[in-house]
Amino acid sequence: MQTEVIRAAGGEPNFLFPHPVEFVLAVIFFVTLVVLMKKFVVPAFEQAYAERTAAIEGGLAAAETKQAEADAKLAALDQQLSEARHEAARIREEAREQGATIIAELREQAQAEATRIVDAGKAQIEAERQQAVISLRAEVGSLATGLAGRIVGESLDDEARSSRVVERFLAELEGAN
Amino acid sequence: MSVIAMSAIRAEGFIPPGPADFNLPPLGHTKDTAPTFDFMGYAFFAGVTKPMLQLALSAILVFVFFYYASRKRALVPGKLQYIGEAGYGMVRNSIVRDNVGSEHFMRFVPFLVSLFFFILVNNYFGLFPGIQFPTASRAGVAYALALIAWLVYNSVGVQKHGFFGYLKHQTLPSGIKGPVLLLLIPLEFFSNIVVRPVTLALRLLANMFAGHILLMLFALGGEHLLTMGGAYIGAGLMSFVMFMLICVLEMLVMFLQAYVFVLLTAMYIGGALADEH
Repeated sequence: MQTEVIRAAGGEPNFLFPHPVEFVLAVIFFVTLVVLMKKFVVPAFEQAYAERTAAIEGGLAAAETKQAEADAKLAALDQQLSEARHEAARIREEAREQGATIIAELREQAQAEATRIVDAGKAQIEAERQQAVISLRAEVGSLATGLAGRIVGESLDDEARSSRVVERFLAELEGAN
Repeated sequence: MSVIAMSAIRAEGFIPPGPADFNLPPLGHTKDTAPTFDFMGYAFFAGVTKPMLQLALSAILVFVFFYYASRKRALVPGKLQYIGEAGYGMVRNSIVRDNVGSEHFMRFVPFLVSLFFFILVNNYFGLFPGIQFPTASRAGVAYALALIAWLVYNSVGVQKHGFFGYLKHQTLPSGIKGPVLLLLIPLEFFSNIVVRPVTLALRLLANMFAGHILLMLFALGGEHLLTMGGAYIGAGLMSFVMFMLICVLEMLVMFLQAYVFVLLTAMYIGGALADEH
């Protein structure tokens, strides 16, 4: 311990007047702190920031790539879907056209068949009529001759004559009709 | 505090706390036994005083905290790193980058981050149980920090613009011509070069000084009223309630003073580095 305490002559310092040792120590400690912070703390924090930024940016870039891929796939699928729709529409249109053609053909065929059947019928009827006319003509001739022979009593066996008479009669008959 | 308490007990009546209570004797001494030395006509205590230890302790605390918070450099921060990064990031981004400009702010981040947390810890020493003395209520501390801030912003300005270029930059408002400059140049010099460090230092010093003296007043006054007994007990308890409320207020003031000191320093640096006014 100090045996003799050194007391200065000056008065109690004004509180606005700095204690020189405190002033110097404040400078020394603060500057030391700045140096230490600059050497150890700031680079560490900045490195952590930079790494974090890089990680986030990398993650964002990866997400963007994935998104782009997904967009491309979706676009491709959309394209395929619209192509399929077009294809389906085209096939439907074709089928409709084909159906219409088939119906028209069938109608034509049926028409032709009907015409043919009608024509055949008509021809048959005509032939039958002709046949009937011929047979009738012969029958009517003989009947009429027989009848007339019996009525007039005149022999009309002469073939040529009777035939002429019958022809004339029928011509008259037809003319009367 | 023991000295203050002693002086209060020793007194006949109540002695309100005053500036002398901030002039703490060196550790292991009372005011009467402490050695002193003469400096500029005043007798200063010689030896290690409490504020001196606090300065060292604050520098150690700030560095150790940030050293451990920043050591891991984890991509996903833990609690300690998160708190460290939040504090560091607040000063770095919202004070330094916004005021110095994003081009060359990184040069000043170590200085201003250290300045903020150094002042902050030293201010909160004023409330910390067992310490309860704001270091910046000592003029030497406030003056030292303001002087460093003054040296930094002026030297970066001189470095950028040259000595006379910087003087012109700080004293000649752009776009003003004529005889009014005779008035403006000294005024600008006075406000930008001379007054700035003084206001920086006095703002911090006076706030910490006044806050601490207020706390001492309510603590010692409450104690005195309680010892008087009787009807004074109620007033003494009220005084303690006021003490606690002022503690809460001081928490805000201590943060704000650290913030304002660093914010203004950053603005001065930004102004010194600016290309034009």
